[in-house]
Amino acid sequence: MTTNLRIAFLPLNDVAVLAAARERGFAEEEGLALDLVRTTSWATLRDRLVYGQVQAAHMLAPLAVAVTLGLSQQPAALAAPFKLGVNGNMLVMAKDFAAALAPDPAARLADPLGTAHDFAAAIGLWRRKPIIGVVHRFSSHALMLRYWLASAGIDPDRDVVLRVLPPSLTVEAIHAGEIDGFIAGEPWGSAAIESGRAEAVAIGQRIWQRGVEKVLAFREPWLEENPETTDRLLRALARAAVWCDEPDNREALADILADPRYVGQPSDLILRTLSGTIVPRAGDAAVSCPDFVLFSREATPFPWRSQALWIYSQLVRWNMVEPSAETEARAAAVFRPDVYRRALAGSDLPMPGASMKLEGAVGAPLGVGSRKGDLLLGPDRFFDGRVFDPERIEDYLAGFAR
Amino acid sequence: MRIVIIDDSGLRATVLEEGLREAGYDDIHIVPPRGAFVARLERMAPDVVLMDLGSPSRDTLEEMLTVSRALARPIAMFVDQSDEAMIGAAIDAGVSAYVVDGLRKERVKPVLELAVRRFNAFSRMQTELEEARTALADRKVIDRAKSILMNQRALSEQDAYALLRSTAMNQGKKIAEVAQALITASDLLGGV
Repeated sequence: MTTNLRIAFLPLNDVAVLAAARERGFAEEEGLALDLVRTTSWATLRDRLVYGQVQAAHMLAPLAVAVTLGLSQQPAALAAPFKLGVNGNMLVMAKDFAAALAPDPAARLADPLGTAHDFAAAIGLWRRKPIIGVVHRFSSHALMLRYWLASAGIDPDRDVVLRVLPPSLTVEAIHAGEIDGFIAGEPWGSAAIESGRAEAVAIGQRIWQRGVEKVLAFREPWLEENPETTDRLLRALARAAVWCDEPDNREALADILADPRYVGQPSDLILRTLSGTIVPRAGDAAVSCPDFVLFSREATPFPWRSQALWIYSQLVRWNMVEPSAETEARAAAVFRPDVYRRALAGSDLPMPGASMKLEGAVGAPLGVGSRKGDLLLGPDRFFDGRVFDPERIEDYLAGFAR
Repeated sequence: MRIVIIDDSGLRATVLEEGLREAGYDDIHIVPPRGAFVARLERMAPDVVLMDLGSPSRDTLEEMLTVSRALARPIAMFVDQSDEAMIGAAIDAGVSAYVVDGLRKERVKPVLELAVRRFNAFSRMQTELEEARTALADRKVIDRAKSILMNQRALSEQDAYALLRSTAMNQGKKIAEVAQALITASDLLGGV
């Protein structure tokens, strides 16, 4: 018997795993019919999930934590047993702002620390406080942008204006001069570059080499009441993720995503960053960036609790939540490695033995303890070399000026 | 009570505004979600904000509600969190509502119910309009196919239509589809 599942998403490249699960038959093999509900704002996606109009959602990981902590409208306990991707964001700035930075955009991307300091200097030269678009207060993009700006002594709440706007309106807003740049998921950065108005200034993967991004979020009670359906969905998604990461499938994947039912942007634009290349300025040579976005390798979908705690640490850092042991525990519990393990126990995917790890400690590919198969973790450094120890969050936060 | 409607579609906003005015609300403002709409909204200090759930600008609005001093501590989505049916109806209709903290539930509920009814009426109107448009387009296609048949096969208008209809029935297709196929074939063959 087929089980119908409604899952809400936003039009972004990293809906790839869900789209592939539906379009390439992985869901069907598990007896699931996926109804993917295209949504235009994170607020509406959140409401559809919280009020039960969909069973699951393609959600910003920090938003899942924020909803659970009651920071974003109606509080609801959410659970994220599967990550839909790692990395995938790009910061672009209007050409005239970028003119104050290193002239070669490829060199900017390669040196995030130097570029952050150049950015700090450029703020003083700009005609107003720079307005940078972010997709949501509780987005990985906003947290990474804040982290990066702060490394050069920029106070993101004082020295720049962070303006929330939906990814699909960013290109128009930069044309109209309403914003001076934005950080968003693909293909929106590439689209702004292609329009000739903006240049790449930083990419998520060079800020944190393995940055937590979208998760598949459920209402926790639904997840507990439907273990069998959840497991089937996770198995289908795990196979879809393997398919998405296979370089030979990238063109087919870009074609799926180009459809107006998903992203609705040109296939070649979508393919660009999916296949690990960036054109940092219109007409420039492409820069290779093979880890721009990951779907499956290195156990990408595994929801490390330490990553939920990193999000919590940043919410505390930016005064978005009052720190407490209880809040910390609730934030960590949003990520559900136990459900991931249960669902994928019978698969041949490498399964991490631990649920937490140091974040930012791997400099070169590292083999780690795994229940089966070989699990190789890729480099996951933060560009400033800091290491996040989930058991010493206070010490970690004390290390930042703010 | 000051009500602000944030909407891109002039027509839908008008439909909603009319309904509210008929119900006796007279302090109503329509703001399109463009440019500096958040600053405008802040100056207006509304008691209730109604917005299309499908608007991509909801995140922008919520951010403003989070940081705004003008609207103090707003804002609960929907009037009564425990009223699941109401919430479902609002989401189905595509209405999202923001209400200033402290405004009594019984004052807001009729506004929201009215918005839900009007949004539903509007989408019915849209559907009917779409159907009417399709019907008109179909008729044009059928008329053209008929004239091709009348010219090429020297049929009367009635016979040309009968031929299209019987072909459609035999092939299990719509008349408009058969007519379109005929037009395409005729164009390819360099016909009229």
